[in-house]
Amino acid sequence: MLMFVLKRAGAAVLLAIGTIIIAFLLTSILPGDPTTAMLSERAAGDPAIVAALREKLGLDQPLYVQFFIYLGNLITGDLGTSTQTSRPVLTDLSQFAPASAELALFAAIIAIVLGVGLGVVAALRANGVIDNVLRVVSLGGVSVPVFWLGLIVAALFSTQLRLFPSSGRLDAGQTPPPAITGLFTVDSLLAGDPGLFFQAVSHLVLPAFVLSAPMVGLMLRFSRASVLEVLGNDYVRAATAKGLPAWTVVRRHVLRGALVPVITVLGTAFASLLAGTVLVEQIFAWPGIGSYAYRSASNLDLPSIIGVTLFIALVYVVVNFVTDLLYGIIDPRIRTA
Amino acid sequence: MSLLTIDDLHVTLPGRPALVDGVSLTVDAGQLVGIAGESGSGKTVSALATLGFLPDGASTTGSVVFDGRDVLRMNRKQLQEMRGNDVAMVFQDPMTSLHPMLSIETQLTEHFRVHRAATKKQARARAIELLELVRIPNPAAALEAYPHRFSGGMRQRIAIASALACEPRLLIADEVTTALDVTVQAGILHLLHDLREQTDMAMLFITHDLSVMNVTTDYLYVMHSGKVVEHGPTRDVLAEPAHAYTRSLIEALPGAREVLAAPSTAAEGDRA
Amino acid sequence: MTLTDIDPKLDADGIPSRHNRWVKRLRLPAAWRRPLGIAGLVIIAFWVLVIIFAPLIAPFDPLAQDSARYLPPSGDHLFGTDGVGRDIFSRVIYGAQISIPIALLLVALSVLVGSTIGAIAGYFGGVVDTVLMRIVDLFFAFPAIILAMAVAAALGPSLVNAVLAIVVVFWPTYARVTRSLVLGLRDSNYIAASRLLGVSSFRALIREVLPNIVGPVLVLATLELGNAILLLSGLSYLGLGAVPPTPEWGAMVSDGARAFYNYWVALFPGIAIFSVVIAFNFLGDVLRDALDPRTAKSVAVVDR
Repeated sequence: MLMFVLKRAGAAVLLAIGTIIIAFLLTSILPGDPTTAMLSERAAGDPAIVAALREKLGLDQPLYVQFFIYLGNLITGDLGTSTQTSRPVLTDLSQFAPASAELALFAAIIAIVLGVGLGVVAALRANGVIDNVLRVVSLGGVSVPVFWLGLIVAALFSTQLRLFPSSGRLDAGQTPPPAITGLFTVDSLLAGDPGLFFQAVSHLVLPAFVLSAPMVGLMLRFSRASVLEVLGNDYVRAATAKGLPAWTVVRRHVLRGALVPVITVLGTAFASLLAGTVLVEQIFAWPGIGSYAYRSASNLDLPSIIGVTLFIALVYVVVNFVTDLLYGIIDPRIRTA
Repeated sequence: MSLLTIDDLHVTLPGRPALVDGVSLTVDAGQLVGIAGESGSGKTVSALATLGFLPDGASTTGSVVFDGRDVLRMNRKQLQEMRGNDVAMVFQDPMTSLHPMLSIETQLTEHFRVHRAATKKQARARAIELLELVRIPNPAAALEAYPHRFSGGMRQRIAIASALACEPRLLIADEVTTALDVTVQAGILHLLHDLREQTDMAMLFITHDLSVMNVTTDYLYVMHSGKVVEHGPTRDVLAEPAHAYTRSLIEALPGAREVLAAPSTAAEGDRA
Repeated sequence: MTLTDIDPKLDADGIPSRHNRWVKRLRLPAAWRRPLGIAGLVIIAFWVLVIIFAPLIAPFDPLAQDSARYLPPSGDHLFGTDGVGRDIFSRVIYGAQISIPIALLLVALSVLVGSTIGAIAGYFGGVVDTVLMRIVDLFFAFPAIILAMAVAAALGPSLVNAVLAIVVVFWPTYARVTRSLVLGLRDSNYIAASRLLGVSSFRALIREVLPNIVGPVLVLATLELGNAILLLSGLSYLGLGAVPPTPEWGAMVSDGARAFYNYWVALFPGIAIFSVVIAFNFLGDVLRDALDPRTAKSVAVVDR
């Protein structure tokens, strides 16, 4: 077991280093000279000053030395400075990350409840009308451009029907709960303020549903396939032959096997949702790293873009590592592979 | 009155030749009946019909009367009551018919608790009783274990134990030795033979392997292409087959004459 | 999937007629599956016609800012006009000329790059394989939109750079699939036979391996076309792809986001994107089921 954990951890570390290398490569293919952005026009015209700045930034060094400078900066938490906010990127990230984490979490819950629930139904009614309708639903989910869906949903449910708010995490002017996790829903419950909790949830509804749409489609398809595979197993028929009620067979014999693969997909689902925030948050004025990335992209704020990229990629690596471990715990055969 | 009477059963899937084409057979209480035939002969479909399992989308005519009631006309509740309780089945492959993630105890007791409204304790006691019946060593420890810890032969014994839990009047054994080694097969057959002595359970024994038929069954039906081509007391059928197909099955056996001449005792070797 | 000879042992299942719930094997009556594939083909055919006949169908020049701004849909302007007075109907039509061919190009490039690398990795094995696959794993560590966004931003906003960025994101999928297909074939008998006959490694690769890879890769490509369009329009939405005034659908949705109350500006381009993507997904779904299950497994598209 220890060997397994070590091997996986080693792979994760290698992967992390790899993502850092790629992030570094991206910074170093920036077109143009970064010094021109940093100097006033007159200073930029003076080759001596430019040369001095380049030397200071280490830009005159060979690439691999620059990489180590970059790595060194990373370790101290220096991801560069955002050209929009003029603050260290890391500060920006830590400010915005909790909001996105909360959104991704809710979207994940929706994706699981709806996606897996419907997938199980589709499998149990395989090839019937419901199944085929759900097939179209799942294909629709993965086909819809989320940024457009966000606009439509916001326009329809918020502006037209006035059912849910479509801006921000809380009502305008509302003080957030004392920050413990950074997730307003959790924090408001911890602070014993149910009213605030429901307000936070109502703001989450629309963006979380929009963000979850492709994931619902995927989960639906995935869990349907998983349940169908289990249904085809002899032990399901053997269980029915014992005279067990259908519901018991599904609950005890079918779902147990079918949901294991689903659980192991959860981690990557969360990370994918985190990535999806880039396209969704801005529409709902959600102050997370998604909006941050969106603004950075529009403004070509490269340090921020690369900072966000690196952050999400590293989250991905960690999540995959944990998922691998989970799978090894659940299925003993994997450990010896 | 017979325990089980299948009368002119036809099972057809649209657009293809009938799976079961007018099959009639009878099993009396306590009787050991064999169905022999190769893959595709319809023997399994017929046997499964006894439990009310029919292929998806099949059209069925005829009747399958168990204990006075037609299985084909039963509703879901009646089927549930019958299955595992009055009629039980052991499937071919013990690797796949036991659930890999449920403990032996769960798999032996769940239907017992449903059919007998037993408590956990009562069910557990019954489970240990059953494991002893099928000669699994150290039953208490076996209850906690999971199927993958047991060999094929032991798994099949556990499957048989599970089938016996509610003292069914009819046990359907579908190719129960086919997936096992020859040496292990003998042990299972021996076990079934002993069970027959101890209970008055009837058995429907399905196989393509005629060599086990003389050893286990009283009465034999030979099936081919969905029809019964020959039937009679096992000894007689094997000794003087009337139908060409039966003859070809017998001749296909290695050492056919020796098998037929052997006295009907269970083979030795209880190493399963 | 056709119904093969039924082994009664395997096929008996369920409960008589009206109680039937379980199916033992995944049997897909062809009649149910085809409507989706046909729908997909029809939609794609429709858009191909739009692409070809754009100049004839579009009532206005997509770049002409002649009309009044933010006109709602009407007889003159079926989809209304945008913020600088351009006819949206015409822009949506011309947008097809951008999104669809570029997506095809993009997938073709990814297939080329990815399959080559994957085939090499699979065929030669050993160190080459390990190194290449580690690199592939590395790319898989980035969610698609994030990596595409970063590369496109680093290169600078333009359609060409967006294409490059998405190729960077897509090639690993094809590398993996091709590699596993090649691995499956490499040790097969007819490769050994052709080797014995003295055919060089490279020749063997082209002659024997290639034809067997084409099918599954094509299916995967069809499935990925939808994703390509989504990524392309996504990048444009972020401002990293098509530059104004190019009538690219994603950029148009972005314009619409800014003019939120003039719903038509974002609505129609988005419907266009959705229709094309879902058409390719319908098609790809049906194609995937036509594959035999073994190769279908290696073609399973993992969400990034």
